[in-house]
Amino acid sequence: MASVEIRDVRKAFGSTQVIHGVNIGINDGEFVILVGPSGCGKSTLLRMIAGLENISGGEIRIGERVVNDVPPKERDIAMVFQNYALYPHMTVADNMAFSMKLRNAPKSEIQARVSKAAGILGLEKLLDRYPRQLSGGQRQRVAMGRAIVRDPQVFLFDEPLSNLDAKLRVQMRTEIKELHQRLKTTTVYVTHDQIEAMTMADKIVVMHDGIVEQMGAPLELYDRPANLFVAGFIGSPAMNFVKGKIRAGAQPSFESDGGGVFPLTTAPQGSDGQPAVYGIRPEHFQLSAAGLPAEVVVVEPTGSETQVVAKIGGQELVCIFRERITAGPGETIRIAPDPNLVHLFDAQSGNRMS
Amino acid sequence: MSDSVAGRLTAPAIRHTTRWDRLRINRNWLGFWFMLPAALILVLFLAYPLGKGVWLSFTDAKIGRTGVFIGLENYEWLGLPWWEDADGVFWLSVFNTVVYTVVASVVKFAIGLYLAILLNQHLPFKALIRSIVLIPFVVPTVLSAIAFWWIFDSQFSIISWSLRHMGLIDHNINFLGDPNNARAAVIFANIWRGVPFIAITLLAGLQTVSPSLYEAATLDGATRWQNFRFVTFPLLTPIIAVVMTFSVLFTFTDFQLIWAMTRGGPVNATHLMATLSYQRAILAGNLGEGAAIATAMVPFLLFAIMVSWFGLQRRKWQQGADND
Repeated sequence: MASVEIRDVRKAFGSTQVIHGVNIGINDGEFVILVGPSGCGKSTLLRMIAGLENISGGEIRIGERVVNDVPPKERDIAMVFQNYALYPHMTVADNMAFSMKLRNAPKSEIQARVSKAAGILGLEKLLDRYPRQLSGGQRQRVAMGRAIVRDPQVFLFDEPLSNLDAKLRVQMRTEIKELHQRLKTTTVYVTHDQIEAMTMADKIVVMHDGIVEQMGAPLELYDRPANLFVAGFIGSPAMNFVKGKIRAGAQPSFESDGGGVFPLTTAPQGSDGQPAVYGIRPEHFQLSAAGLPAEVVVVEPTGSETQVVAKIGGQELVCIFRERITAGPGETIRIAPDPNLVHLFDAQSGNRMS
Repeated sequence: MSDSVAGRLTAPAIRHTTRWDRLRINRNWLGFWFMLPAALILVLFLAYPLGKGVWLSFTDAKIGRTGVFIGLENYEWLGLPWWEDADGVFWLSVFNTVVYTVVASVVKFAIGLYLAILLNQHLPFKALIRSIVLIPFVVPTVLSAIAFWWIFDSQFSIISWSLRHMGLIDHNINFLGDPNNARAAVIFANIWRGVPFIAITLLAGLQTVSPSLYEAATLDGATRWQNFRFVTFPLLTPIIAVVMTFSVLFTFTDFQLIWAMTRGGPVNATHLMATLSYQRAILAGNLGEGAAIATAMVPFLLFAIMVSWFGLQRRKWQQGADND
């Protein structure tokens, strides 16, 4: 096991720069998830850690060693690919043993490690099967088994769950997290799914257009998103954004461009009249007689909760309530955003106003 | 009588299904009808000539004279290699054919695989290079054979000329006049012509291998050679079996190249079974004897097909998802 240090790393394909100086520190044993929309450079960064892509600038350290010029096989990392990349002509056991066979490890050691990994992943009965004969989830597990057998310093996962169906994805998510808690191997995991990131990570790195937007523990990102991008990316359904102006004073408030007025607990100093973006998560609304009148547009009950799209000052807001709503479209309900859980962002820079 | 009583048809008005109806409508028969045109073409142009050829080999037919059945006499004339009175020229042609096929196929495979791997890399002008590789395959055989004939000519050979001018030799090389040189020359020409087919087919096979397999193997610690040995080659075996079967069959039955370059000479050193059969049957007029030589190729070809049949068996790893 080892820490990973990414210092001012840059990547350019020809004249197009895709990663613009990224700094990430990953502690020994930490589970770090790189998350972001497609094309944000997260997979490229992972492949640079693996050594499958050259590093155009900056340096990557695994443990104490700078690995910029170290070939992939000497970096002591194991990677799980999105399409699993199992060798189709080898049985499950041979797939897992391949790296050790290449190192000419003694047969008894290979056998021991393969059966240990198979035991961890529940693959004992499948060792003689070929990848074609396995289901998606089983293939996924074999791919992880291949990584575990290596007993590497760092596990790298490249969107390992995107080829699975929704139900299996949830199950494998739990399995991977359990596995990490058991093995405590430093893990870097790439995904575009913020739910995966929130549920599994010790630390999330949100990337966008080749830069790191924010880095921190999942709930830190959820509670205090640093800018509009992170605020909109983390959380599902996404945070509501309302454009308008801050009104400071004895009773500070936020006035939307459409004329809605939202209460604030405090206004940032000297912000009276400043254009800003008001952010509130759907789950931070409450039904309250003292709330703001809102016109119901759509009601979507899911059983455990009810999702309502309602309009305040011409602006549609998504709200989630634990209660069941009987109001229909066109009717008015009174909703109260929790003023303690409101986020204000600068309209120009998109950064959080503390 | 088609009167109906109370809406019910009288017996003669009901049309019973005939046997013809069944042949027309039944699904199994329908399949048969669709297959028939193709089957007729195959029977007419493949099975009938083959059968006729085998029949001819049991007669003493000559050009202009229908033969009479003489049993295995033609084959007795050819004899077995260890017989005193066996047909030496025929057995020489068998030897030539086997050498020609084995050497040419092995070399074609090696060069073809090498080229395919090379063309699978990221090269500048990839498409252009790939089409250049195909040229030998596109040029008509006889044209390329004539070109080789000149290249290997005893007086005007460009190879001899070049080597002489470089001072490496002091007289022309007798390419097509010396038995072993001639064999090497025709094999070389066959290889030149056959490599593109193998290279392009194997390239198609290589492109079906997912690049992430190589990445996974690289991370697992495989060198370039181990990548080839443990990933590329095993995944390529099914397509190698197909392409080498075709290559062996085409090489074994080769005629054009030999006939255009050497006509079997010198002293029958490059006579293949196909050329010898043509010479005996058409030029010498002994249809029966020629047919026997041609028929003698069948066991060899069957053997080649059997080898590939077992090579082509779907390997266990190719079999689909049966989660028993």
